[in-house]
Amino acid sequence: MLDTPARLTIRDLDCGCLTGVSLTVDPGEVVCLSGPSGGGKSRLLRAIADLDPHSGDVWWGDDHQGGVSAHQWRQQVMLLPAEAPWWFERVGAHFPACPEAADLAAVGLPADALGWPVTRLSSGERQRAALLRMMAHKPRALLLDEPTANLDAATTERVEAWLLRRIRAERLTVLWVAHDMAQVKRIAGRHLRINGNSLETVAWT
Amino acid sequence: MDVIEITWWSLAGTSLLVLGLAVCTHLARMGVSRDLLIAAVRTVIQLALIGLVLETLFAFAALQWVVLMGVAMVLIAGREVMARQNRRLTGGWAFGIGTVSMFLSSFTVAAFALTVVIGPEPWYTPQYSIPLLGMMLGNTMTGIALGLDRLTDTAWQQRQVIEGRLMLGQSWSTAIGDIRRDAMRTGMIPTINAMAAAGVVSLPGMMTGQILAGTPPALAVKYQILVMFLITVGTGFGTVASVLIGARRLFDDRERLRLDRLSLPRKGA
Repeated sequence: MLDTPARLTIRDLDCGCLTGVSLTVDPGEVVCLSGPSGGGKSRLLRAIADLDPHSGDVWWGDDHQGGVSAHQWRQQVMLLPAEAPWWFERVGAHFPACPEAADLAAVGLPADALGWPVTRLSSGERQRAALLRMMAHKPRALLLDEPTANLDAATTERVEAWLLRRIRAERLTVLWVAHDMAQVKRIAGRHLRINGNSLETVAWT
Repeated sequence: MDVIEITWWSLAGTSLLVLGLAVCTHLARMGVSRDLLIAAVRTVIQLALIGLVLETLFAFAALQWVVLMGVAMVLIAGREVMARQNRRLTGGWAFGIGTVSMFLSSFTVAAFALTVVIGPEPWYTPQYSIPLLGMMLGNTMTGIALGLDRLTDTAWQQRQVIEGRLMLGQSWSTAIGDIRRDAMRTGMIPTINAMAAAGVVSLPGMMTGQILAGTPPALAVKYQILVMFLITVGTGFGTVASVLIGARRLFDDRERLRLDRLSLPRKGA
């Protein structure tokens, strides 16, 4: 059950300054989340990935967060932090399986980048490699914390298009924190904004 | 051969040398003269007291008194392990992990040496058991303190890496694996180095003491080898146990990194 497309259901979640968050995200749907910095976006994503103690319930399909072991949960519901860490010497050592050359090219990384030492990556390349690394772990739900923050406009659209193709093809469930309203318009099926201690739906204009 | 008696007067003379050193460090504004003198006084008082305790213990060589002495030594060593850590686990865990690990490793290994290898009659004869346990505890304590300190300190510094690995779906054990291994190694290296340098660079204290007391060097060497093996085994297993328990305690039942279970670093550290 865990590795098929499923709906992410959040009910009465309290974390940090957000209270009573209830939300469902369907397979293949991209829900964008925006709000002031320090407003609790990252804390919310961390709670959904079960990295911080929190109250309230989260389901992945029929599975309750507390009902499966924490690392199995995070293998399905995967969080990409704003600055993902690297710990081995070489980029490639962080990948469970070698990503396809087409994927590397799609996010604008050279074909031999996996053999590079991590220090050779620029901050933008690091962010794209982290995205690729996450996808190589084959998650079913993505919690993305500003995944294109360090990229220029052209690269942002390129990475976005690649990610959306993967999301559609594999029917992934996505919660995407974004600041740029133009980006939100391009990617989001729904847009939620943090207002005080709750989420409100932003109507499309 | 009898050991040559040292008089209290000649000790007092030696203490003048310490006093001289204190005056020099004071004049050079090194700021250690106060600590030096307090430490020197502590040495005198603590050793004089332990001398009295040992004299009494040797006079009444009953099992319960030997065990009581051993337990007191483990508890004091556990306190020392806790005091030597910069960021320690809160809620009694720092003391508990150190004490339990030392109890498991030092007590077991010392009991093994007494009953199987040396075999005094009775096996708990305090002339053998107390110094043996003391040497074991002194080294195991250092190993455990180093290992736990390294573990908590590195986990704090590398918290983003640990959490990054958790986010990719790794188990807590994999996420902290490298740090845990490194902490164990840190705790064990001093005893391994001591074994490697024994007799070449340093003459171990116990062997020196036995030779001074008139034991033939060949026998003193055998005792020293035994003690070094015991110390290494005790320190090794003690460090491994304490780092394993400590690493587990850094995570909760949902495999979250819980650095809130560590105390704030000591002032100035």
